[in-house]
Amino acid sequence: MNPMRRTVLKSTGSAGLLALLATAGFLRPSDVLANGWNKIAFDSKTMAETLKALGASTPASSDAIQLRAPDIAENGAVVPIAVDSKLPGTQSIAVLIDKNPQPLAASFELPSGTEGTVTTRVKMGQTSDVYALVRADGKFYMVKKEIKVTLGGCGG
Amino acid sequence: MNRRDFLHLLAAGAASGMPLDATSAQTKKFYDLPRFGNVHLMHFTDCHAQLLPIYFREPSVNLGIGDMADRAPHLVGEALLKRFGMQASSREAHAFTYLNFERAARTYGKVGGFAHLATLVKQLRATRPGALLLDGGDTWQGSGTALWTQGQDMVDACALLGVDVMTGHWEFTLGAERVQKIVNNDFKGRIDFVAQNIKTADFGDPVFPPFVIRSMNGVSVAIIGQAFPYTPIANPRYFVAEWNFGIQEEALQTVVNAARAQGAQAVVLLSHNGMDVDRKLASRVRGIDVILGGHTHDGVPAPIRVKNAGGQTLVTNAGSNGKFLAVLDMDVRNGAVLDFRYKLLPVFSNLIAPDPAMQQLIDRVRAPYAKQLAEPLATTETLLYRRGNFNGTFDQLILDGLMAEKNAPIAFSPGFRWGTSLLPGQAILREHLMDQTAITYPHTTVTEMTGETIKTILEDVCDNLFNPDPYYQQGGDMVRVGGLQYTCDPSGRNGQRILDLRLGDKPLQADKRYRVAGWAPVSETARDQPTEPIWDLMERYLRARKTIQPMTLNLPQLKHMQNNPGRGTD
Repeated sequence: MNPMRRTVLKSTGSAGLLALLATAGFLRPSDVLANGWNKIAFDSKTMAETLKALGASTPASSDAIQLRAPDIAENGAVVPIAVDSKLPGTQSIAVLIDKNPQPLAASFELPSGTEGTVTTRVKMGQTSDVYALVRADGKFYMVKKEIKVTLGGCGG
Repeated sequence: MNRRDFLHLLAAGAASGMPLDATSAQTKKFYDLPRFGNVHLMHFTDCHAQLLPIYFREPSVNLGIGDMADRAPHLVGEALLKRFGMQASSREAHAFTYLNFERAARTYGKVGGFAHLATLVKQLRATRPGALLLDGGDTWQGSGTALWTQGQDMVDACALLGVDVMTGHWEFTLGAERVQKIVNNDFKGRIDFVAQNIKTADFGDPVFPPFVIRSMNGVSVAIIGQAFPYTPIANPRYFVAEWNFGIQEEALQTVVNAARAQGAQAVVLLSHNGMDVDRKLASRVRGIDVILGGHTHDGVPAPIRVKNAGGQTLVTNAGSNGKFLAVLDMDVRNGAVLDFRYKLLPVFSNLIAPDPAMQQLIDRVRAPYAKQLAEPLATTETLLYRRGNFNGTFDQLILDGLMAEKNAPIAFSPGFRWGTSLLPGQAILREHLMDQTAITYPHTTVTEMTGETIKTILEDVCDNLFNPDPYYQQGGDMVRVGGLQYTCDPSGRNGQRILDLRLGDKPLQADKRYRVAGWAPVSETARDQPTEPIWDLMERYLRARKTIQPMTLNLPQLKHMQNNPGRGTD
């Protein structure tokens, strides 16, 4: 426990607070969206459909995006994911999980001038590629990382 | 004790043990390690609570896949001897390989034992001022007495041995509270327990100090701890429910930089990652001079040099069960390692006189349990061992016991790498059974599984062993399988390694349900509804069998592994 960090969190700007609230489950990511809930994107069953619904059919790759997550999930029910975008003009960050029933797990709209960092926890049913999709200056960029969800036991 | 006294002790040990090839001159040569440089580290790891000398057979199957093929630690038998320039049929060949195991074990005798280790440590300290003794973990688990005393026997033995710094893995299966009690009481002011990759699940605060800086001969040396990254996955998560683990490469880089900024001239990672993970980590993190590794129980005779953006990092792995003591001497000048000497010393109990103080401690901690430990359960007429990628004779015995006692056509037993070996003719004492089974979640289970579920489980464990990216491996061996035949292609992709599953002469059916016996369940449900522990079941089975005859191991047919130097001949 770090009391100083608590204070810092309290005084963080609104976007940081919103991200924090979203992480804690107080807000659905949709509540943060200016244009409301993108129902089609969140209900889509495949990566291709989801990307299409988000208007991001062929995102470019970028080394200015960092997807931080464990290689093997300690608990598939709450997998910590962090995305850092150093792309100028980052407008939104979404997290997609290929093998989940609905790939789109979270979508964050970032007000202009916000640091491009979000953290969240996602549920994963099985080992899957996980994608961070970033919209910056109207263009889409995407990076991926495999996160393994294992049955456990039998180690060592 | 000076060196002359020590050599005298060695000679006395040799005389009393009467090893066949050991004249005192040979004995002297074997352990006479001249001092080099100004930084001296001794390292043991994965002793699995073996206080007494034991036999331990190295694996005849330790396959390396992809980039990991044909390189340490995935070399066994002759391939390993050849790569490291060791003579066949020598004392060292016996220490590092499975070759002619029974005959060589009778020739060279038992290995390890804390009283023997203590003598060796004292001698090395006598010639190396300031030398540190590092314990890589898996120390408080693996024997009846460690289980029954909640690790106290090992904690006391390590304090007497003079361990300076430690990290952990199986220690955590005693529960977070017990570990913290030991670290905050028994270890306080004596042993530093370090782990840069254990953080609280809520705020990500460090649970243990990430590193410690010790000074010797005018040189500041940082020892960073790396606990087993997949503890909450490979073992029950409920033991460490409030903690997160993981490899945490970026955090490690930050810690390395911090240690350097605080004046460390040499940086050492005391690691429980496993050797393949350590080799990858060494290629990506800058500023670590040496990774002293464990977990995968690989007795690797020489360090591997790994290049990275900051220069190079040496990577070692120091075997298991108290069989080896690693000695690393480095010449460190102006923050750089100019040169080094490394020796992984096998601890041959017949060549070393036991340290009286340590022997006394061992006798004292064992005394309350002496009768239980010495209880004979059966006699073996065949070599019993565990280590190897797919099966071992002691595991086969456990599988046979599970299937018989649970009336199940199929059994699973975890691919643990600890567990000692027994020679033909030895009595199987309760102590030996506990050496194979002493864990804090020992419950036996019977589960109705569909053929599809069985395949999923085998694929999942197989990927933990053979994923071409070591960061996705967990470092155990393949789950041991009884009753069921299969083909394994370690080079296949995830989900495509397990082929041709058969039960008797029939293919396994995906939608049919089968009774599967097992033990060591990781779920909280199993904890809350405890069933018979594996040692009780096996004790009943062994007593009924009385004599264990040579057996056929249930092994998978291997595909694409014909020329793999991690595959031995017997």
